Amino acid sequence: MIRFPTIALQAIAGASMSIAVLVAEPAEAVNIKQVTSPGGVNAWLVEDYTVPIVTMNFAFTGGAAQEPAEQSGLANLLSGMLDEGAGDLDSRAFQARLQETNVNLSFDAGRDAFYGDMRTLQVNLDEAFELTRLAITEPRFDDEAVERIKGQVISGLNRGQTDPSEIARKAFAKSLFGDHPYGRFVEGTPETVATLTSADLKRFHGRVLARENLLVAVVGAISEAELSAALDKVFGGLPEKADLRPIKEIMPDAGKTEHVALGVPQTVIRIGGAGLKRDDPDFIAAYIANHILGGGTFSSRLYNEIREKRGLAYSVGTGLIPYDHSGAYVAAAATRSDAAGEAIDIMKAEIERYAAEGPSEEELRKAKAYLTGNYALRFDASRKIARQLIGIRIDRLGIDYIDKRNDLIEAVTLEDVKRAAKRLFGGPISVVTVGSNSS
Amino acid sequence: MTAVPVRANEQKPAAKTAEKSAEKTAKIPRIAPNAVEFRLENGLDVVVIPDRRAPVVTHMIWYRVGAADEETGQSGIAHFLEHLMFKGTAKHPNGAFSERISSIGGEENAFTSADYTAYFQRVAKEHLPEMMELEADRMTNLELSDDVVMPERDVVLEERRQRIENDPGSLLSEALSATLYKNHPYGRPVIGWQHEIRALERQTALDFYQSYYTPNNAVLVVAGDVEPEQVRALAEKTYGQIKARPEAVRAARPAEPPMVGPQTLTVRDEKVREPTLQRAFHAPSSSTAEDGMAEALSVLADIVGGGSTSRFYDNLVRGKGLATYAGAYYQSSGVDNTRFVIYGIPKPGVSLGELEDEMERVIADLVEKGVSEEELARAKSSVVADAIFSQDSQQSLARIVGSALISGRSLEDIQMWPERIQSVTAEQVQAAAAAYLNPDRSVTGYLEPLQKKNEQDGKS
Repeated sequence: MIRFPTIALQAIAGASMSIAVLVAEPAEAVNIKQVTSPGGVNAWLVEDYTVPIVTMNFAFTGGAAQEPAEQSGLANLLSGMLDEGAGDLDSRAFQARLQETNVNLSFDAGRDAFYGDMRTLQVNLDEAFELTRLAITEPRFDDEAVERIKGQVISGLNRGQTDPSEIARKAFAKSLFGDHPYGRFVEGTPETVATLTSADLKRFHGRVLARENLLVAVVGAISEAELSAALDKVFGGLPEKADLRPIKEIMPDAGKTEHVALGVPQTVIRIGGAGLKRDDPDFIAAYIANHILGGGTFSSRLYNEIREKRGLAYSVGTGLIPYDHSGAYVAAAATRSDAAGEAIDIMKAEIERYAAEGPSEEELRKAKAYLTGNYALRFDASRKIARQLIGIRIDRLGIDYIDKRNDLIEAVTLEDVKRAAKRLFGGPISVVTVGSNSS
Repeated sequence: MTAVPVRANEQKPAAKTAEKSAEKTAKIPRIAPNAVEFRLENGLDVVVIPDRRAPVVTHMIWYRVGAADEETGQSGIAHFLEHLMFKGTAKHPNGAFSERISSIGGEENAFTSADYTAYFQRVAKEHLPEMMELEADRMTNLELSDDVVMPERDVVLEERRQRIENDPGSLLSEALSATLYKNHPYGRPVIGWQHEIRALERQTALDFYQSYYTPNNAVLVVAGDVEPEQVRALAEKTYGQIKARPEAVRAARPAEPPMVGPQTLTVRDEKVREPTLQRAFHAPSSSTAEDGMAEALSVLADIVGGGSTSRFYDNLVRGKGLATYAGAYYQSSGVDNTRFVIYGIPKPGVSLGELEDEMERVIADLVEKGVSEEELARAKSSVVADAIFSQDSQQSLARIVGSALISGRSLEDIQMWPERIQSVTAEQVQAAAAAYLNPDRSVTGYLEPLQKKNEQDGKS
């Protein structure tokens, strides 16, 4: 039991990884080097020998949004299949090698990118790179493994069909983005996943995992020379070119109300509308604006109004959803069924008032103090540093972003935040609720 | 309630690949090898875990009191008090502490288990003295009014709805605990029963606070970019000024009587889409076990159901196996005896009873024939690796050390965990399985859809 829920934006909105990056900080210890292999693979490296481990994060731009609608869930299935046998090693043998060498290797499908995460003890570095190479360049997709992992995904989706938060997440995305790829659930549906085959996996793998859309970040006990050689070994076997389809820009279609009936004592609420993309000039201002209304700390407006004053919810907050081809925001809460109407009214009124008036000078000052002070906390573990670096690369913010980031926050004026608040929260509002019909 | 025991770290520069096997037999890493411990005159235990990679500290205070120390009828008071600890003191009124943390970009939170209640802040290192001053202040000076207590009680009720009542799987886990522990308070949910949370009041919380929140009943853990001597001086200036109250120590909890036979319970709910089974066995914790048994149980849990090369995964999930998921975990951390749990979700068309029989068969086979050296080596090596990986996070190290100390273990005991895991033998693992994985001394819970209840008859 913890006092404050950690509201992961991914959990609220299925937002892309780039969100994590928005909050970063001055890190004197983070000295990033660019490493380019003889074969032309580029990586950002932070060398640190304090702990004898190495973390490598990588991403291929082009995620679940690249799936055909009828194959929804394909990227997610691929993320579960890459460590299920590769090269001469079948699933059992591959998993045993990972465990014997204590290599942690996992993959994750976002909407706009496909992620890999490898962590190893320094003593097993060669083996770790070899297993990573096998997983991304020679996955087997054996029938037994495909059926087994599909079964697990479908089981999770079945459970999700009566999970109020998951229902709300799906309904909210559908409501804003309709038939656009962003309107689908990244995990797919039981029906679409059931149809997926190893041929589908091979095709998607061939289209998305390539060198031209690859981004790599490495942190830990490894030198530039070692990494340079490893990059070609691990990624050199990938095709040069990806085959990515253009994704349509989409303006979220907000202003609707939807209720999904489910027999639960607590109603899950998602409110939101159109937002800003990461490359919008007002994005940093919008980020601060969001922090004040419902961001991470225990002093946001919604936290005070919904939780602190009225005890209407345990978790309440807002988040930005900056996709590559759209932007949105979401406000989330959960409250007992008979109070859902009251909570929604308050949330909507707060959003509307904030869009009209913006924050006070004092609120802006506090938000800046928090956001700039908090940035360093994102760099106190190699794993966290790697996550920051890959996020910065995906968002194309530049290798000097960590040094600049707090200045960008400080440079935002009250007028900027008011403008951003209006742009962000001033549009039509969609409301999705999941719960009993009494509310 | 984590199944993960403890992890650790190492300073050794790693060997080249060719020397890998030599390295493995060489020195076994310790958890938090550079941790330093001392005790203040008023009885406050302090552990400092230096990590100078980033100019950041994690400051945690742990109280030796949790949900298992509540009086009957007041379930949830330990956790409710945890929430109320943010409501201020005379010197720093409601919201001031959080406001201050926020203004320096810090992070804070708190958590409650059956055995402990803990509070932490993560801040830039120069703010550590202030955090210690503020935390020491609320160790004794908490002030509560009904204006803040009543809305917070509603917040906790919402937390219970969100975590438990909205999810039939959580209702099953709660019911399973209540059945496994008949006499020991581990059977109560940490968050409390709803009807008892509703009755909790300001004075109940203050009484609980005054009974247990005192330096001699607490452990301070500071991890990050600090010098132990600096922490000692700061601790003496802040926490050290608080008088000890030797009587403020929890009583021993009532022990569990022997189980007289297997028990089952069923949670049925219209929302269940995937039937599930969980079976729990009583087991000693690393604080109550005789030498080597907790280590053997940890290795056993890994071999039975710890990953995708475990017995359960190989026999029940791969190929024609009956399960979509199957696994096992052992809760090593606890003041009193804890539990060993196995669980599974059957594939479509397979009944819970059929899967349960197969799970029993896999365990019976292990009890009869023991485990292989290869299985043993794999399970051990992950514990050693985790010891090194854990050194990457000051926050997780602080948690590992704090939760173990609060359960009555010593720092050295935690540091040596990987070494003791290394000395576990195949015979010990087999003996642990034989001693504790007895179906006649277990509780099995079934999660079933409402409309299909007749299909699951004859499940065991």
